[in-house]
Amino acid sequence: MAKKGEWVKIHLIVLEPSQRASNLPEETKKVPLEAWINGFLEENGEIGEKVRIRTLSDRTVEGTLVEINPRYTHDFGDPVPELLKIGPLLKKELSKRDEL
Amino acid sequence: MNFKMYEEILKRKNQIIQKAVGIDYSEFEIEGIAFDYERMMKEAAYTLNEIKEIQFETQVGNTPLVELKNLTALVRKSSKHGKGARIFLKDEATNPSGSFKDRRASVSVYHAKMNGYKGVIAATSGNYGAAVASQAAKRGLRSIIVQETFDSDHVGQPEILEKGRACEAYGAEVVQLTVGPELFYYTLKLLEETGYFNASLYTPFGIAGIETLGYEIAEQTKARYGKFPDAVLVTHAGGGNVTGTARGLKLAGALKTKVIGVSVDLRGLHMASDHDFNRKSFTTGHTGFGIPFAAYPDRVDVPRNAARPLRYLDRYVLVTQGEVFFMTEALSQIEGMMRGPAGNTSLTAAISIAREMNEDQIIVVQETEYTGAGKLPSAQLTFAKKMGVTVKNGDPIKEDLPGKVISIPEAVDQVGIIEYPIENIKKSYIKEAIKAYSKKAFSDVEIKFMGEDTNSKTDEVERRLEEVLKDGKA
Repeated sequence: MAKKGEWVKIHLIVLEPSQRASNLPEETKKVPLEAWINGFLEENGEIGEKVRIRTLSDRTVEGTLVEINPRYTHDFGDPVPELLKIGPLLKKELSKRDEL
Repeated sequence: MNFKMYEEILKRKNQIIQKAVGIDYSEFEIEGIAFDYERMMKEAAYTLNEIKEIQFETQVGNTPLVELKNLTALVRKSSKHGKGARIFLKDEATNPSGSFKDRRASVSVYHAKMNGYKGVIAATSGNYGAAVASQAAKRGLRSIIVQETFDSDHVGQPEILEKGRACEAYGAEVVQLTVGPELFYYTLKLLEETGYFNASLYTPFGIAGIETLGYEIAEQTKARYGKFPDAVLVTHAGGGNVTGTARGLKLAGALKTKVIGVSVDLRGLHMASDHDFNRKSFTTGHTGFGIPFAAYPDRVDVPRNAARPLRYLDRYVLVTQGEVFFMTEALSQIEGMMRGPAGNTSLTAAISIAREMNEDQIIVVQETEYTGAGKLPSAQLTFAKKMGVTVKNGDPIKEDLPGKVISIPEAVDQVGIIEYPIENIKKSYIKEAIKAYSKKAFSDVEIKFMGEDTNSKTDEVERRLEEVLKDGKA
């Protein structure tokens, strides 16, 4: 259970597939337009329940509670072998210049 | 939002936008496609000196111009004798939120504050969001950033996730949406609900804010090296970067400096496709914006786009994703600057263009951007592999296939450019004008405007119009 005042993420459907703009590619048209917004819970709530949040711009928005204290999931990635070789190769080229 | 509301909001679009940007665009209309662009820039925005002052107040601009000596040395090794221009980089990452977009945001946010708006809204998945949020924080305004972030499986593009984090760090509310152009309608709804200022990328404020960038480049090269740059390379997407930089160069008197636009080649990928969305490693600076926005600038959220790149582009070239990743790695490894990658698009083209030019000539690459989690090549390439894109070393142009193959070069002499004829975009401009205004004949006033808008003579516009109409019949 998430308590009033906790930092959470909510989910909402903005447009159902039938309501979407014309001239979209098929794969986009057949799915809804969805939104996720973070904010402070206005009332106690469970994951999956409809709740209201107060956002950082001080708006009140209603949606389905999906995450409590939502994590930033992006990272630095793995070392990429195709890139790792570039530095040493360029440095070798540069040192050849210095020898000339 | 139900469907009825959606249609209702669309009907009120012009009214909402006029209230949210505070410009009555009808004042600048002349006839049909023609409007008074220069008068709009002069009367709606601020003067260069006013903008310098606005930007000084919030620590925007006056960024260092750095000579990339090691890179120039490598270029000269694979160039003909006497060739290999000096390459300089304008380190825009040193702006408060880490990109040149602070210049754009600074003027809009200042204007919003001066006119009593309580907050600002921007629809952007790019660095512009962080810039608006940062400037709003400095001026004490609220901000909302609307991003296209996820595909329908709720998989987020790492670079956009990072920008979302940055916006939140500066105190903005971030609305993260799935793929689709209806992002604009959600933005209209928010503008109406909040009464906030629309910090559109395409108002005269946003474009005039970049003029200081071109102006600084001209001044810095002149003061230090005794002449204006021979060429300035600009990463090109929506057209604002090209337009503002070129106007600034001209204001400083650098009339002979060539303005070269550079985009990442993502031809073949559909920008509104839920499938293609996460199979590209660049979310801006690419052909998906670069070509259509140049051909029809007024496709944006304001009635008249202040970004009109065909007026200023001397040349337009494309580079591949693999090449930009290579150059991002090179910039880090031999110049000690970790930046980009999207901001390194124009840096990538500098290799080939420097090779065409003489040793005593000067090329300025006009931007860098901050990097980190989500943005780094390692983050983007790890993600690309996860999405089924093949990442390999090889010929970066011949083996490149947007959405399927990223081919990373292993040496500087493999880095090239793909020439994109500006004439093709100028012809598309005519096609789009025919479509947008539903007519095949244009008045003399309109033809004259189309000439100015595409940096062409009247008879060139007439010839293109004839060719387009003939092609249409065939």
